[in-house]
Amino acid sequence: MKRGFVVVVCGLFSASLAAQESGVLRFGGDAEGGAPFMEADPNDTSRVVGFEVDIAALLAAGLGRAPRFVQVGFSNLDPAVERGDFDIGMSGIEDNPGRRARLAVTVPYYEFREILTVRRADAARFRTFADLRGRRVATLGATGAAEILDRARVEHGVEPVIYEDDVHPYTDLAVGRVDAVLLDAVLAERGVRRNASLANQPTDLGAGHYVGILAPRDAALRDRVDGLLRDAMRDGRLQAIFTRWGMWNADQPRLYARVLAGSSGSLGAEGSKDPPLRTPESAAAATLRYLPALFRAALITLVLSCVSMLLAVASGMVIAIGRVYGGGLLRAALTGWVELVRGTPLLLQLFVLYFGLEAFVRLPALVAAVLGLGLNYGAYESEIYRGALQAVAPGQLEAARTLGFTTWQTLRLVRGPQAFKFALAPMTNDFVALLKDSSLVSMITVVELTKQTQILAANIGSWFLPGLVCAAMYLALSLPLARLARRLERRWGAGIHA
Amino acid sequence: MSALAVRDLRVARGERVVVHQVSFDAQPGELLALMGASGSGKTTILRAIAGLEPMAAGTIETGGVRLGPGPLPHGAALRALHARIGMVFQFHNLFAHLTAVHNVWLAPVHVRGEARASAERTARRLLDELGVGGRAEARPHELSGGEAQRVAIARALAMDPPVLLLDEPTASLDPERRAELARTVRTLVEGGRTVLAATHDADFVRGCADRVLLLEAGRIAREGSAGPGE
Repeated sequence: MKRGFVVVVCGLFSASLAAQESGVLRFGGDAEGGAPFMEADPNDTSRVVGFEVDIAALLAAGLGRAPRFVQVGFSNLDPAVERGDFDIGMSGIEDNPGRRARLAVTVPYYEFREILTVRRADAARFRTFADLRGRRVATLGATGAAEILDRARVEHGVEPVIYEDDVHPYTDLAVGRVDAVLLDAVLAERGVRRNASLANQPTDLGAGHYVGILAPRDAALRDRVDGLLRDAMRDGRLQAIFTRWGMWNADQPRLYARVLAGSSGSLGAEGSKDPPLRTPESAAAATLRYLPALFRAALITLVLSCVSMLLAVASGMVIAIGRVYGGGLLRAALTGWVELVRGTPLLLQLFVLYFGLEAFVRLPALVAAVLGLGLNYGAYESEIYRGALQAVAPGQLEAARTLGFTTWQTLRLVRGPQAFKFALAPMTNDFVALLKDSSLVSMITVVELTKQTQILAANIGSWFLPGLVCAAMYLALSLPLARLARRLERRWGAGIHA
Repeated sequence: MSALAVRDLRVARGERVVVHQVSFDAQPGELLALMGASGSGKTTILRAIAGLEPMAAGTIETGGVRLGPGPLPHGAALRALHARIGMVFQFHNLFAHLTAVHNVWLAPVHVRGEARASAERTARRLLDELGVGGRAEARPHELSGGEAQRVAIARALAMDPPVLLLDEPTASLDPERRAELARTVRTLVEGGRTVLAATHDADFVRGCADRVLLLEAGRIAREGSAGPGE
């Protein structure tokens, strides 16, 4: 077994070496980011197109290698490059001190402004963060905009809403789920192009730069890449690329001048109101700084799970009782519902509830989360309760009948209480499972424990410490539940299996 | 007027007829024993009278309540039937999640709407009278067969039915307890109740039954008064 593992590891290692030696430049990015960054080529979906792809091609040509795209989720680009999944990451990756401390970062090649997008009708009243006190403002997680928004939460009382992608903030803004979106101007322009009812505000709320990232051990390669980027700034090839993608503006020549003048050009844009960025902090310090946010997120996880479980228990009971006592039509309908819910992914159900039903009913994220989790688990609960109801000895039901109890009284006084005790242990297991599955609701903008941890991990570029803290918090929530279940089972379970 | 009148009772399970045209009456203050080998139809007759088994033909009448072929009684008809008839099952069928005394007062409170305190007093008195007052707080799984049998009788008696059906009442008892049970049942009968007992136990029948119906393959083969030599 061990030998097999060694062979596999050696195989992977030599494959990665082979990739370097065979003249391939692996560039990592998230094609879900879409144009102008990178997206699947409509004519050949196995290819990607975008300005990042063009720059990667430019660099590969300069290095005498062939570019090869590696798809990686946006928030995992940092750890993936450190692990060696690709040589250089380019996907609208923002420059920040944390990245510079951990990775080999190229010179910046594009400067962007963080701006607010609002509904056209609100353009006169929502101009700055101060106008948005108590309002929901959306952004993309693990970005500079998310950090700016977090400061605005403290300073101006806005309510940040963190999305996993940069499309839904704008669609949700259009339908009124949020009141503004803070993102870089490149994304904002695209958002406004796609939603005619939206408008960008001119106010500049901070600036940032796109960079390429490499593993620290590839510093030599990074230096060669920097040289190639500087050449492309000088001879206009970068300008040509950005012009082609409609992104060229007056900020870029100023940035290139600073980069070529030898300042690392890394941070601080001319004329920007960007507050001074923090110096890089240790993982432990960052984790400590995030602890209150993690506790808040853990509370959300707990409350969300409890309310969802209540809904699951209630809907599970209704379904189980309908399936045990109902007529043929009702039983068939309920069986169909249970199979539908159990046979499709919870994530899909959450998407349908939150985004899919948008045209008919605009559910708040937390409501959609509770409905999704509650109804999904309700289907599983119903199977447990149905089995538990059927496990109550039929003789007792006959005895209840000969005493004159109605069907409803028999259910309430005799069958239900015993079935509940049978169901208790599997139910608690499901509650623990639900507690963990609740992390899926981050996909519909609810920042719960896992999502908050992901934000922290993206911020410090490591999952190790955040992962440990997050695991400890989940355990602290689930272990008492498991103990409670065992105690209840001991106390209530006695004798009913006889 | 008889307390219970069974006329031409026929019960079928699918194609198989398990009770053929059985007719009998039972009077107030009478203990009628149904005897016969296993499978002779004793328990099925009791279940049909208790409204647990659908009838293929015939009628069962008790105190103005009449059962016939068709779906099992429910709602008001079921309540009317069980105001007249109580049943004690062979395996007691006590409610497993409740104490003995709770088993006894549950129906008076929820079916008849009695106050909980008075129903519980009656329940404790019944358990005392049946010799299991000391086990009032025990759960069914903590009771011996004999104790569970008595609690089940108390549960049926708490609804004060004029007709009591006992299915194999002595099956879970040792000989000493059987004699005790026979005395208890006799007291009930002498108090004016009608008791119909399905049993294998010849000693029990000799000890307390007034009349015996001997069943063979779902038919009444013989009828006679009980007592030595029967």
